[in-house]
Amino acid sequence: MTAGPLVDVRGLEKRFTVGGAWLRGRQRVVRAVDGISFMIERGEVLGLVGESGCGKSTTGRLILRLIEPSAGSVHFEGHDLMALSASRLWATRQRMQIVFQDPFASLNPRMRVGQIIGEPLAIYARADAAERRRQVSELLDVVGLAATVAERYPHELSGGQRQRIGIAAALALRPSLIVADEPVSALDVSVQAQVLNLLMDLRARFGLTYLFISHDLHVVLHMSDRVAVMYLGEIVEIGPRAALHEQPRHPYTQVLLSAAPVADPTLRRQRIVPRGEVASPLAVPSGCRFHPRCPFAFERCRVERPTLRTIGARHEAACHLNDAG
Amino acid sequence: MTKPHNPLLSVEDLRTHFVTRAGLVRAVDGVTFTVGRGEVLGLVGESGCGKSVTSLSIIRLVPAPGVIVGGRIRLDGEDLLAKDAEAMREVRGARIAMIFQEPMTSLNPVFTIGDQIAAAVLAHAGGTRREAWTRAVEMLERVQMPSPRERAREYPHQLSGGLRQRAMIALALAPGPQLLIADEPTTALDVTIQAQILELLRRLQAERGMAVLLITHDLGVVAELCHRVAIIYAGRIVEMAPVDTIFREPLHPYTLGLLRCLPHPSRFGQPLSSIEGAPPDLRVTGRGCSFAPRCPSAIASCRVDEPALVERKPGHLVACPVVPV
Repeated sequence: MTAGPLVDVRGLEKRFTVGGAWLRGRQRVVRAVDGISFMIERGEVLGLVGESGCGKSTTGRLILRLIEPSAGSVHFEGHDLMALSASRLWATRQRMQIVFQDPFASLNPRMRVGQIIGEPLAIYARADAAERRRQVSELLDVVGLAATVAERYPHELSGGQRQRIGIAAALALRPSLIVADEPVSALDVSVQAQVLNLLMDLRARFGLTYLFISHDLHVVLHMSDRVAVMYLGEIVEIGPRAALHEQPRHPYTQVLLSAAPVADPTLRRQRIVPRGEVASPLAVPSGCRFHPRCPFAFERCRVERPTLRTIGARHEAACHLNDAG
Repeated sequence: MTKPHNPLLSVEDLRTHFVTRAGLVRAVDGVTFTVGRGEVLGLVGESGCGKSVTSLSIIRLVPAPGVIVGGRIRLDGEDLLAKDAEAMREVRGARIAMIFQEPMTSLNPVFTIGDQIAAAVLAHAGGTRREAWTRAVEMLERVQMPSPRERAREYPHQLSGGLRQRAMIALALAPGPQLLIADEPTTALDVTIQAQILELLRRLQAERGMAVLLITHDLGVVAELCHRVAIIYAGRIVEMAPVDTIFREPLHPYTLGLLRCLPHPSRFGQPLSSIEGAPPDLRVTGRGCSFAPRCPSAIASCRVDEPALVERKPGHLVACPVVPV
């Protein structure tokens, strides 16, 4: 183990080419993730929030190298993931896992729960069959399910139980990093709270580090030590939870905070409703990408692309308004 | 706002059951409420609680094998359950309109949105095709569709999600209905677009003095839009009160649980209280309160006696004999 952050992302980019096939028009490039840099400390929860198509899920997959970046680097536990040989990458993957949004789609319907959770142990030859069974019941216990669930199939279980199984499978190899990609978005609110609490408990119990991805700002603020806000492939603001919540310095963060409905009529505030809709990543606006929707945009925003600047303790925002002082 | 003696919509002891191979499912099992003229009533619950089946029962479009087996539904004093199919078609659209989470449920992909709205105007108000078209463009203006004249000539697939939602609202409101049933109207939208659509619904409701039955799982949306709220669990209403009362002094343990399991700005990072267990299997007719197995306040009699919805304070109805007032 080396000191330093668990994850160090620098200048990460992912471009997808769309169209160009027969009858599909000319080829165009989507900049899904467009040069982002951030770190995740050991034991920290970094939240990643943004609207659909902002690149947050792509970022999660790039960090695990489930998809190949177009440019930039990801260091995990001090190793450059892009430079690792196939076998070293395979070995490193044990330490980084992912939990998906849809437990209905991510669990193999033909496998029993015991096989699903035991599969990573089998693949990495961590244990023989008897030891695997023992570890599977231990993992089921850890995520709050009865050992008998091991004999069931995913379709026999509720959404919340399935998500617990996804989490147990992710924990099987004792990872240090878990990318949780919208882990509660498909769940009812009463079940959502159970799963969020479980993720918090597991973090404390196993010293886990999370990249917690969600479109729901309140859930992200609830779960995270620090939060990064993404818009059209860029991080526009990143900082500690309290700073982001109480003193957001990017208009998009302010808009997200103001637009999210709060279940409390006494907190019904003056809204900043943004103009228009999220621009297509195929036609990214010039200058600041948010300027066509920004209530505070001025001339410079239309021409010059702002970069992330430090504006407080571990707090950075990419907005020309912060230059004025 | 509400005239208790002359509500626009009154639903009394509605029972809608589904006959399935796996058994009889009591999706809606004795639901009673009213919606006053110009009132926005929120019907709130988790998946499978019967909120959507309630709304489909009102317009008599319950999908097979569902059957309305009991109760009364009155619109402006007229018994909707006594109407024949032809008369019911008149009611739908002209007097009760419905909008959905997925706009393509209402929009026809092979006609332009202008044609569809004009057809609705012609069917309900008559007049010439030219007048109907003018009215269609007016409706698109009313829902703040950008460049309505041009958009009217576009097909649904040419519009973004938010604009499709606006087109669907324009189509629903074109005949000037007395009651709008909105089933999860903003659930599929990004938060900034959701804020725009909520703002629009609020404005249109106030302008037209239209009554709205809002079906949602999202207490945040309820706090933003509703005058009164009914909380529904396992096919029954468990609590009903003005919106401020529901959030300030919830009485039913299920309502309390729902409110406490949401991340709240004053409690970020602290464990959420959750409702243990999962909603009941509606095929099983247990005796007593259907929430009792998950209820922290349940006493022995809760498992025997079915609680009635009674007015515990003026305008505040609760189906729980245990809670002190």
